Amino acid sequence: MNTNILNEELRVINIGTSTFKTDLDLQNVESVQYDWRPPAGGNKELIEALDFLQDKEEVEKANQETIKVIKEAHPFLVDIDQAITAIPGMHDKLILHSGPPIKWSDMCGPVKGAIIGALIYEGLADDAESAEVLAGSGEIDYAPAHQYSAVGPMAGIISPSMPVHIIENRTHGNKAYCTVNEGLGKVLRFGANSPEVLERLKWIETVFAPALKQALKLTNGIDLKSITSQSLHMGDECHNRNKASTSLFYREIIDYFLQTDLNKAELREVTAFIKENEHYFLNLSMPASKSALDAAHGIKYSTIVTTMARNGVEFGIRVSGLDKDKWFTAPANFVKGMFFPGYTEEDAAPDLGDSTITETMGIGGFAMGASPAIVQFVGGEVQDATNYSAQMYEITAGENSNYSIPALNFRGGAFGIDIRKVIDTNILPVINTGMAHKKAGVGQVGAGIVHPPVACFEKAMIDFVKEYKGGN
Amino acid sequence: MTIKVLIEKNAYHDSVTLMSLSGKVMAKEGVIEAVVSMATEMNKELLNNIGLVTEESQSATENDLIIAVKAENEQVIEDVFTFVDEELNAKKSGKNKKGNQAVTTFNAALNALPEANLAVISVPGEYAAREARLALNKGLNVMLFSDNVSLEDEKELKEMAVEKNLLVMGPDCGTAMINNTGLCFANSVKKGGIGLVAASGTGLQEVAVQIDRMGYGVTHAIGTGGRDLSEAIGGIMMLEGLKRLEADENTKVITLISKPPAKSVQEKILHQVKESTKPVVVCFLDGDKDEVEASGARFASNLIDAAKLSIKALDQSAVFNDDTNEHVTAQINEDISKLSDSQQFIKGLFCGGTLTAEALSVLRDKVGAVKSNVAKKAEEVLSDTSLSDTHILLDMGDDEFTKGRPHPMIEPNLRNERIIKEAENPNTAVLLLDFELGYGAHIDPVGESIDTLSEAKNSAEKNGRHLSIVAYICGTAKDKQGLSEQENKLRNAGVIVAQSNAEASVIAASITDREVN
Repeated sequence: MNTNILNEELRVINIGTSTFKTDLDLQNVESVQYDWRPPAGGNKELIEALDFLQDKEEVEKANQETIKVIKEAHPFLVDIDQAITAIPGMHDKLILHSGPPIKWSDMCGPVKGAIIGALIYEGLADDAESAEVLAGSGEIDYAPAHQYSAVGPMAGIISPSMPVHIIENRTHGNKAYCTVNEGLGKVLRFGANSPEVLERLKWIETVFAPALKQALKLTNGIDLKSITSQSLHMGDECHNRNKASTSLFYREIIDYFLQTDLNKAELREVTAFIKENEHYFLNLSMPASKSALDAAHGIKYSTIVTTMARNGVEFGIRVSGLDKDKWFTAPANFVKGMFFPGYTEEDAAPDLGDSTITETMGIGGFAMGASPAIVQFVGGEVQDATNYSAQMYEITAGENSNYSIPALNFRGGAFGIDIRKVIDTNILPVINTGMAHKKAGVGQVGAGIVHPPVACFEKAMIDFVKEYKGGN
Repeated sequence: MTIKVLIEKNAYHDSVTLMSLSGKVMAKEGVIEAVVSMATEMNKELLNNIGLVTEESQSATENDLIIAVKAENEQVIEDVFTFVDEELNAKKSGKNKKGNQAVTTFNAALNALPEANLAVISVPGEYAAREARLALNKGLNVMLFSDNVSLEDEKELKEMAVEKNLLVMGPDCGTAMINNTGLCFANSVKKGGIGLVAASGTGLQEVAVQIDRMGYGVTHAIGTGGRDLSEAIGGIMMLEGLKRLEADENTKVITLISKPPAKSVQEKILHQVKESTKPVVVCFLDGDKDEVEASGARFASNLIDAAKLSIKALDQSAVFNDDTNEHVTAQINEDISKLSDSQQFIKGLFCGGTLTAEALSVLRDKVGAVKSNVAKKAEEVLSDTSLSDTHILLDMGDDEFTKGRPHPMIEPNLRNERIIKEAENPNTAVLLLDFELGYGAHIDPVGESIDTLSEAKNSAEKNGRHLSIVAYICGTAKDKQGLSEQENKLRNAGVIVAQSNAEASVIAASITDREVN
């Protein structure tokens, strides 16, 4: 190195007291003020962990490999079928739910409501009361959808008979699954289980799914990566705004529906279901993300987050370089945002659902800058949305040029959440999300912004160092 | 020679950006005068003063940008206009106000300033080493203002720096000047031929200020932090600084400033001094003259001598006027005539640690038993700083006084309470004070104490005594606080203003000793 500061013009990073920066300005010296805060909130053990992992070559390499997998994943919607047939390991007494593992007795209202609905829907119980008894009897197994290559929004309940979209990641060969989005209002994912809800589910199972199956058979798979990429340029962020992506999906699938042997009435009913649900694509965006992130799990030394999910009680994350059964959890936060008329913070359940798989993928809250209109739904100003997207570069390993953000000069969206960076910078991933009523079945009460509890990342960090320091 | 003035209507830029741009333009070869500024009344007047006014510029408004250049030829002017256009438009499109926006992470800072070459770190001590390591790993030099960094960390950082050909100034480094940029606490000092390496903050400031006041200047002043010359650190940064200044073309004389180093360290340093091809002045406050001179260096026992010897080494023809000015002499005599018999002692209340040490070094030979909280000799150590029954010199910037409070250089009123207390003490003859100007320092240090000084005088007066106050302001004419305004405030309150820290001590001694001139 031949540089010698005595021969150079000073360019200063001022870390700490801003008076020094003011005096540098006075001298016309180029400088930037870094408003410093203690790393890891000042926690000694974490700082040590951070120092152990910082600039570690193996980690850097593993992380780059991880984001390469995530970016290169290419999800297609290839089929739809009942969970019991489609999902490996599914059995007739198993119910999958969103978020990290949880016992029946600990579940939140909306999740319990949805499970009760699912048991009636499956014909395992006649009414809510007997369903509740059965649910807690020990006869029913529960597991996170995430552990079965599946994801579900809000309560995220998947029972054996429910049809699931089958997504194939053609780059890496793995599959992911997600139910069909029921629309808004009284729906199972918010814990509603009234007859109309269950009727709709039956209709999806008996009418919609077979129709879509026929249509999909005629395709070579619907390219979800391409739709996501385009819709980010059309004002969606593919978590809470899916207007453009649903429209694009509709445009892709409609001609195939027309080629099926459905009669006109069926055809109109089925296509109207997609057309009238602007969140249809959410249940494709989620498993598409899931298929990419599952492929990226299990890379040794990788500190990249492959799962963020909530069950309405706890928030849980998983990290690529650690065992896939290892969840790092902490009590879920409450969402801050806007409430529908008649509801207040009092009514909301804690953060819920697997839809944070989108943020884990680098879309959703991370891509809010692409979705100025989203602020009308989650609150804040357009500039906030752009700022959130810009801030996420601080805690991620890369930029996904496949998912670029027009408002950031088409910069590739921030993706690949690095637990080290979260701890180091005290910046938490940003999530935009809907809020469920804490009582089963009432439905959505609002939407807003939420962050994972920092404790998830702290625990993961400590465990990561334990895992790799020993084996080094 | 060509003059051209360009007005861009409705092109607003903030003054910080423009000031820096004007500077860059002025530095270009062939440019004689240049102003890039918004057309405010003040700026238009400035244009008028330097003969760059045109009809068009006269009618420009505050929303209009003026680019006025006087240069050797047409080509230079065209180049300047292109350059200015590029600079300003780059700021607007690429940076989008980001240039001056504070960031919250190291990476964001690097993104905002990709070619950064120095990190100034003033975070709490326990985190400082970590940030410094990060900075070094990113190829940045470090000025570590923070204190409470462990010796192990300091050593590791400095060794790391030397390996990477970088500087680590500090920890606990309050002042430095690189390429005439003052860092943290530093004075606005002329550019010149003397390079400094110093292990003491106010020591460095005083030498640089005195050099400036005598009409000479400084290339760089590299701070090392107070512990650099300890056995444990081994003078890593002073040796590195010496090496850098040796290689620096503009540095003609090298001056080292420190308390006496550990024996083994002194040997290493003097060994390198011996190898130097440039004149070296070594100021080890109260250090060993013979050992230093044996290395071929010039020895200075205090700061004022360090400044003078450095200038002499640079310019043999330099002459110093050491005579106390007539007005001051008259004031000294008047103060002496008013002293009561009980008034026997000097009470020095200092903001600068090394200035305290220099005062001690000057006074011990003149007034006898002096005690101080910076003293090293057992008989001079003032262990209970509340005592005041002899000559005392208090460094009020010491940890004992600054726990949970800003240093008196930032908040000079820290000292006010003690000023009143000493004024009330019948044995106090002279209050000896220092004030520091420059970057980092309080914007009106004298103003913070001036009422207290009047009150002190009055309180003595009420008890039938006359309190003599002698002060020195460590600052240059170019310091932002305004040296002459600050000095005049003191004079108007009846304070004797000295021209150096050492002179202030000498004056205080002659007053207590009743040496009428």
